[in-house]
Amino acid sequence: MPGVQGFMYPNEVELQWSILIVLYPFITGLVAGAFILASLERVFNVQAVRPTYRLALLTALAFLLVAPLPLQLHLGHPERSFEMYLTPHTTSAMAMFGFVYLWYLMVVLVVEIWLDYRRDLVLVWRESRGLKRALYGVLTLGSDNISPAALRIDDKVGRFVTILGIPSAFLLHGYVGFIFGSVKANPWWSTPMMPIVFLFSAIVSGIAMVLLLYIVLSWWRRAAIDLRCVDTVAKYLFFAFLVDFALEMLDLIHRIYEADESFRALDFMVHTKLFLSQIVLQILLGTLLPIAMLAVVQVARLAPRARINLYAAAAVLTLVGIFAMRWNVVIGGQLFSKSFLGYTTYKLGFATREGLLPAILLMILPFGILAALLRVLPPWEDAAVHGREIQVETAPL
Amino acid sequence: MDSTRRDFLILGTKMFVMTSVAAAAFENVLAGTPEAAATYSTADHWWAMVIDIEKCVGSGHCVRACKLENNVVDEPMYFRTWVERYHVNPLDMDHPIVDSPNGGIDGFPETYPDATTTGKTFFVPKMCNHCADSPCTQVCPVGATFRTNDGVVLIDKDYCLGCRYCVQACPYGCRYIDPRTNTADKCTLCYHRITKGLQPACCEVCPTGARQIADLKNPKDPVHEFLRTHQIQILKPQMATGAKVYYNGLDGSVR
Amino acid sequence: MKRFKDAEHLLRLAGLFVLGLLVFGVARAELVPATFGTLGHYRAQAIDDVRAKPIGYAGQAACAECHADVVDLRAQARHKSIACESCHGPLAKHAQAPEQLTPKLPVARPLCVHCHAANTGKSKRYPTVDIKDHAGDESCVTCHKPHNPKIS
Repeated sequence: MPGVQGFMYPNEVELQWSILIVLYPFITGLVAGAFILASLERVFNVQAVRPTYRLALLTALAFLLVAPLPLQLHLGHPERSFEMYLTPHTTSAMAMFGFVYLWYLMVVLVVEIWLDYRRDLVLVWRESRGLKRALYGVLTLGSDNISPAALRIDDKVGRFVTILGIPSAFLLHGYVGFIFGSVKANPWWSTPMMPIVFLFSAIVSGIAMVLLLYIVLSWWRRAAIDLRCVDTVAKYLFFAFLVDFALEMLDLIHRIYEADESFRALDFMVHTKLFLSQIVLQILLGTLLPIAMLAVVQVARLAPRARINLYAAAAVLTLVGIFAMRWNVVIGGQLFSKSFLGYTTYKLGFATREGLLPAILLMILPFGILAALLRVLPPWEDAAVHGREIQVETAPL
Repeated sequence: MDSTRRDFLILGTKMFVMTSVAAAAFENVLAGTPEAAATYSTADHWWAMVIDIEKCVGSGHCVRACKLENNVVDEPMYFRTWVERYHVNPLDMDHPIVDSPNGGIDGFPETYPDATTTGKTFFVPKMCNHCADSPCTQVCPVGATFRTNDGVVLIDKDYCLGCRYCVQACPYGCRYIDPRTNTADKCTLCYHRITKGLQPACCEVCPTGARQIADLKNPKDPVHEFLRTHQIQILKPQMATGAKVYYNGLDGSVR
Repeated sequence: MKRFKDAEHLLRLAGLFVLGLLVFGVARAELVPATFGTLGHYRAQAIDDVRAKPIGYAGQAACAECHADVVDLRAQARHKSIACESCHGPLAKHAQAPEQLTPKLPVARPLCVHCHAANTGKSKRYPTVDIKDHAGDESCVTCHKPHNPKIS
């Protein structure tokens, strides 16, 4: 059999879950991570990261809107996907996830964004004409009360929603980890650590994405970068990364030490089929190198420009590394036989339904949506919104 | 009329009537109209399968018959049942050499000299184990796969989304996605046959009787005696799936 | 009511959610299949759909109805416990309409080899021959009648 080494059960030769299913946890991970960053300011009062608050929420929304698309493209019958909402099987993590997703999108993210933006929406509505006025009229739900009392209520409710949103974000991406971690048939996936590893890597990827977007968008808009903000975000990225790395190392060490029946087969797979994606991309370039770069900033005094470039580079490497992690979990889990006697190959098409091209397009789409959101709900004027003054130490462009 | 002619007429009439009735009943069976076949109650049955490794000669008839009976995709690597050949060196039981050329559908190539001293060789038919605690039905998000009250795990092709979660969850690799319908597919224990008193196709054609359908709720079924008098194993017992395919003579090296 | 006035936008939001839930409720009532849930978390009709699949193999009893002579011949021979359709393939259509559908005879060589090829790992008790050495390219049935394979 072409592409098969050793023995595979005949039905295992062809992979079931493709690059689209790699994309899905990557995207939902970005959502959860971006939201956690936003909640740092809203709930835990880390004032320094305030400039990224709205950007983080919009990033989360843009990615969450795209998240179901790789799944739809992958399903044998996407027209039947609504069945998950009509007759959800309560023993299936996948079914329950449909509701977690809906809850998170509707109740947490959309409501929180709406409450935070409402005053700006009403102001734009009052000043617009024609189609723009209609659009903003819909967005404000036709209510134009932005009195201090109303805004105080918004603030309280918004804070409550964010507090609710933190465990919801944990649930959103933890569930994805559980979808894999609860499959006893697959020893590469089956571990109680899976939801936790997924969650922390999600936090890392989300923070890195918002950090990168903030730096890139500031450069594009020729706006000043709030140094205290990026320093703080990078610090949180660094610490989240340390925890994530520790968790992954724990899983690895545990596997090597226990060396159960699956170990030799998996070990061989990591050293051969997954060498590039796991050892090189995920561990070396995607984890150790960015951690080292972020650590350098913590101990050495670097000029602002150098720091910002380092942060951007570290963020890019981080995102590559976290994507590689998703790849290694999803694809890696299907490359070896459940008989532990053989391996198969993943044949990635290009312009096929589940090929590289749709995957690339699906990764570009959220940025397109974000661009639209940035026009309709600009996050940049937030210094004035809640009447809080921010001391800004800016970097020369 | 003397007695012999009268007897002949009576006997002839009886035979004619019985054959017609039997033919008519079989017509219904062949036409696939279960309502007209004898009433079947799921509460009276609990289906299982017995596979005797000592009898299997790797002919592949079962693989072929299953594909024909159930209209399984012809192209390779989609099997509701398949046969694996194990070659085990006693000094290296952790590394059996296993092959299953096109699922064993055309038998096996001449690889191992008969009077070999390098190890033992045997054949293991595999299929859906119709688990009592099936992990595949547990993970289906919509209820498109389920276990009937008589112990058979079935798939609802008109409801399945093709998400492939069940394929991932099966420890035995018995499921696949039918490329023609984009839904999950697997062995149904020939449910359309066993509910009409017929054997599954694989059991029907097995030349050595290595595969036997079993109804554990039927006190007269030979399975009870067989299970009592042989050393029986299921595949991957540590997975606690409640597998109901019972193997006699299953070697420890079988995966 | 001043408090209400300041929270009015939240009530509009809540109203939107209630509307959404109602739409969902209606959709559910309309779209869930009728037999879903009656026997378990699945569409009970699916069981009948499976049972209605067509039969391919008739079973030995059906063959015996017309071919009793062959059955008698085989009863004394080595192949007696092998079903007719094991070699002759699925014949339910033929049993249903014998004259209209006469099945083709199986080709001997590739078929017999499946069970009787040596060096494939079969048990020593099982009759096998080395296919390359045994009778060259000759068809198996030249010497062995499949219904009574022993050469007397």
